[in-house]
Amino acid sequence: MLIKKPSDIKSSEITSPELYRKRRQFIQAGVGLAGAAMVPGLWLPADVSAAREKLQGVKKSALSTDEKPTPYKDVTGYNNFYEFGTSKTDPARNAHSLKTKPWTVRVEGEVARPADYHLEDLVKDSLLEERIYRFRCVEAWSMVIPWVGISLASLIKRFEPTSRAKFVEFTTLYDPKQMPGQKRRVLNWPYVEGLRMDEAMNPLSILAVGLYGEVLPNQNGAPLRLMLPWKYGFKNIKSIVKIRFTETMPKTTWVLAGPREYGFYANVNPNVDHPRWSQARERVIGSGSIFTRRKKTLMFNGYEEQVAHLYAGMDLRKFF
Amino acid sequence: MMLRFIKPVVWLLSLTPFLYLLYAVSLAPDILGANPVEYITHETGAWSLRFLLLTLLMTPLRTLSGWTFPLRIRRMLGLYAFFYVTLHFVIYAGLDLGLDWSHLGEDIIDRPFITIGFLAWLLLIPLALTSTNKMMRRLGRRWKKLHKLVYLIGLLGVVHYIWLVKKDLLEPLIYAGIYIALMLLRAPLRSLRSRLS
Repeated sequence: MLIKKPSDIKSSEITSPELYRKRRQFIQAGVGLAGAAMVPGLWLPADVSAAREKLQGVKKSALSTDEKPTPYKDVTGYNNFYEFGTSKTDPARNAHSLKTKPWTVRVEGEVARPADYHLEDLVKDSLLEERIYRFRCVEAWSMVIPWVGISLASLIKRFEPTSRAKFVEFTTLYDPKQMPGQKRRVLNWPYVEGLRMDEAMNPLSILAVGLYGEVLPNQNGAPLRLMLPWKYGFKNIKSIVKIRFTETMPKTTWVLAGPREYGFYANVNPNVDHPRWSQARERVIGSGSIFTRRKKTLMFNGYEEQVAHLYAGMDLRKFF
Repeated sequence: MMLRFIKPVVWLLSLTPFLYLLYAVSLAPDILGANPVEYITHETGAWSLRFLLLTLLMTPLRTLSGWTFPLRIRRMLGLYAFFYVTLHFVIYAGLDLGLDWSHLGEDIIDRPFITIGFLAWLLLIPLALTSTNKMMRRLGRRWKKLHKLVYLIGLLGVVHYIWLVKKDLLEPLIYAGIYIALMLLRAPLRSLRSRLS
């Protein structure tokens, strides 16, 4: 039995997105020939057939990590997105029913320029940056993901928040027809997340519209999702339709679901365990074999230098 | 005549989940998905619970149907439950925690769902050890008493599953429902049996 350690895996063995897609198209063609295409979208995710776009003019960023990104198939095949089902493979299977074009984002609350914005007016190609970030899920697994997105701070400035804007709240689309997972009340739909303004304005904070240089696949939160790499994954709300600026702390979905287990801040912290499991170590996804050890989790997911000052003087056990 | 074949067939069927995992790990890693350790932990956990419930099904099945084969395969199913629980524990302690004993100790003490799962495994050990005919004879009436522990073990297993799930309780509650149904079946059947005899 030959089991490869991550160091043995040549980068040439990792499937590139292009090849992966071609392979899936090839498989789908085969399935089609076999006659199974009579039930479209049942056997393979429809995003395979959907035109997948390369994003143009994406600039590199000094904020990227040089760690090796998690293989494309794992980033897009192992997801928590309960709007499409609660198993890790459900989103890739079911997210084809989401329509991301056209897409508008309502901006409201304590801002000088509230409006319904078309996505293409918010996210100009010229603003796109690649940010290769560590990603740490509250379930104690992690990835490295090459996001493409825009700085959240630059976007927020354009809305001109008033002095009363202390928090920013984000809301996911609610439409059980497009998001079949919402037919069951697993969570309090629609999904709501929020940030303190200073967190939102941090240079690391982005709104992602792509990964691996391409338009974001639906299962990863298309067309627009939050990404703050020092926070647990669930803070990074997907498929955003509303951004509201408020004076009071937003009531966020996971805090409502389990206030003892999930806090508003949800900063990655190896010293504060989830009540039911340890946060000291993480399982690195896509590193192959069953014999690979867990990796030690870093304070603020390794972004301590950039964000620790935001929480100076706060008791992180209390404000978890 | 049929009975002669039932045992080997059940033995082989019960082994297939293990053989499938062995195949996946050694030859078909794609089956394991993005998080192989999680996959084999969950699979062995699920099979543990299924075999526990199957074991608990045998007595009511015998009473309701009048067939004798359920009692003949009950011990084998119970031992398979022990086999899969042991595998589940070895994977968790050996592969997931990498035999980090202090971490293991911490988990067992601090995390109630792990405490409960660990307890269920510990309680299964004496049952597995006393499952031979010889031990049955030697323990006599105490054997029956001891093996009633399986009711508690089933409960621990079901609670262990409910407790570890992050939010969607549907699947663990299905297992819990089956457990409750199997337990509820026992009381009326017992009185029925005593009335008939």
